[in-house]
Amino acid sequence: MTVECEPLLDRDPMVPVPYRVASRRDETRDSATLRLEPVDAAIPAFLPGQFTMLYARGVGEIAISISGDPSLGDGALTQTIRDVGAVSRALHDAAPGDVVGVRGPFGTTWGLSTAVGHDLVIVAGGVGLAPLRPVLLGALANRDAYRRIVLVTGARAPDEFLFTDQLAQWSARPDLEVEQTVDVPGGGWSGPVGFVTEPLARVAVDPDRTIAFLCGPEPMMRFSANVLLGKGVPAGSIRVSLERNMQCGVGLCGHCQLGPLLICRDGPVIDYELAQQLLAVREL
Amino acid sequence: MPDPLAGLPLVDKLTEEQRAKVADLAREVTFAARERIFDEGQPASGCWLIRSGWIALDTIVPGRGPIVVQTLGAGDVLGWSWLVPPHRWHFGAVAAEQVTAIELNTERLKTLADADPALGYPLTLGLFEAVLQRLQSTRGRLLDLYGSPRDR
Repeated sequence: MTVECEPLLDRDPMVPVPYRVASRRDETRDSATLRLEPVDAAIPAFLPGQFTMLYARGVGEIAISISGDPSLGDGALTQTIRDVGAVSRALHDAAPGDVVGVRGPFGTTWGLSTAVGHDLVIVAGGVGLAPLRPVLLGALANRDAYRRIVLVTGARAPDEFLFTDQLAQWSARPDLEVEQTVDVPGGGWSGPVGFVTEPLARVAVDPDRTIAFLCGPEPMMRFSANVLLGKGVPAGSIRVSLERNMQCGVGLCGHCQLGPLLICRDGPVIDYELAQQLLAVREL
Repeated sequence: MPDPLAGLPLVDKLTEEQRAKVADLAREVTFAARERIFDEGQPASGCWLIRSGWIALDTIVPGRGPIVVQTLGAGDVLGWSWLVPPHRWHFGAVAAEQVTAIELNTERLKTLADADPALGYPLTLGLFEAVLQRLQSTRGRLLDLYGSPRDR
């Protein structure tokens, strides 16, 4: 469905824009995906990797990455939320018809257009698949522009994968290589068991023609980056999405500082050449 | 004649001549789905370089049956307990689906490596890389990184 609305191009980025929950899908025991439609005007179109600040009325506001299809351009937002605190619980539990506030989109992007003509290696750990889903959807919408596309995704247990229906569809595509692995098998799981670095190590890569996109807990990204570096992929060809305490979203408040960066403005996506130096500093 | 060991990471540091010596004690094998390759605690003999398919490493937990602790796939090495005491398998191995692999005769391989350190060293280094990679991955799983903060 296309939402009829005008984008708010000349707006105060600190003022939330009302969006209504159009639908809600439970992904796992603690994660849900909301489809949000603007009540009146929409925020500008997002690019893969960007996030919004979502506001639950009377509870608070948090940064949530956008997990929807960037090629739709219908004004709606798809956001996947894990219930880990008071605000995320309120947003996670939002029901169709509820209204939330949206600011954004903010931050840097995965730079998908700069990866044209390359192999894409997408590595997701846990809910890290949510911010990477737009990369995959964007690349598949323009499939001929890329060479191989490999998705390596890991979860703690089989019932903790996001987007399970879509993962099944992606696995069936001949033009997409999907490797799923779990830390702990169970529930009839007959697939691979191991950390995400193991299937990644099995992927044959052409280091000079590979762009890698990593998202998940920071140690998972560091370990995965090490595997890729060991295969000869330059650090500058590895992109990671970092998470810090984003509050204003526009580089004013400083809560999300990481060394010389303000992650809400200079991130969340940065290349590993820079990230590996910053992530090695214990105090940061 | 095609190199039967081509593309297998364990032997990619060997010279052509050394690879030919190792190829002499290698043979291609196939395991049917659910075929048990070895049992935990049995004397360890054999090393397999997986070409295709999945192999599950398992252990018996009373009351829970065999628990899969890890799976191995194409390019991975199965079996290194033959190399060090007590020369018994630490886990069991079963083919999760049809598997093709190169099986190395480890008695002859050990004799060859003992007699020729110039071959034994890169071979051991290849095994060490595989062990290290598996150790690092196991450490990654130990961190339980994907668990919910609410569960901690």
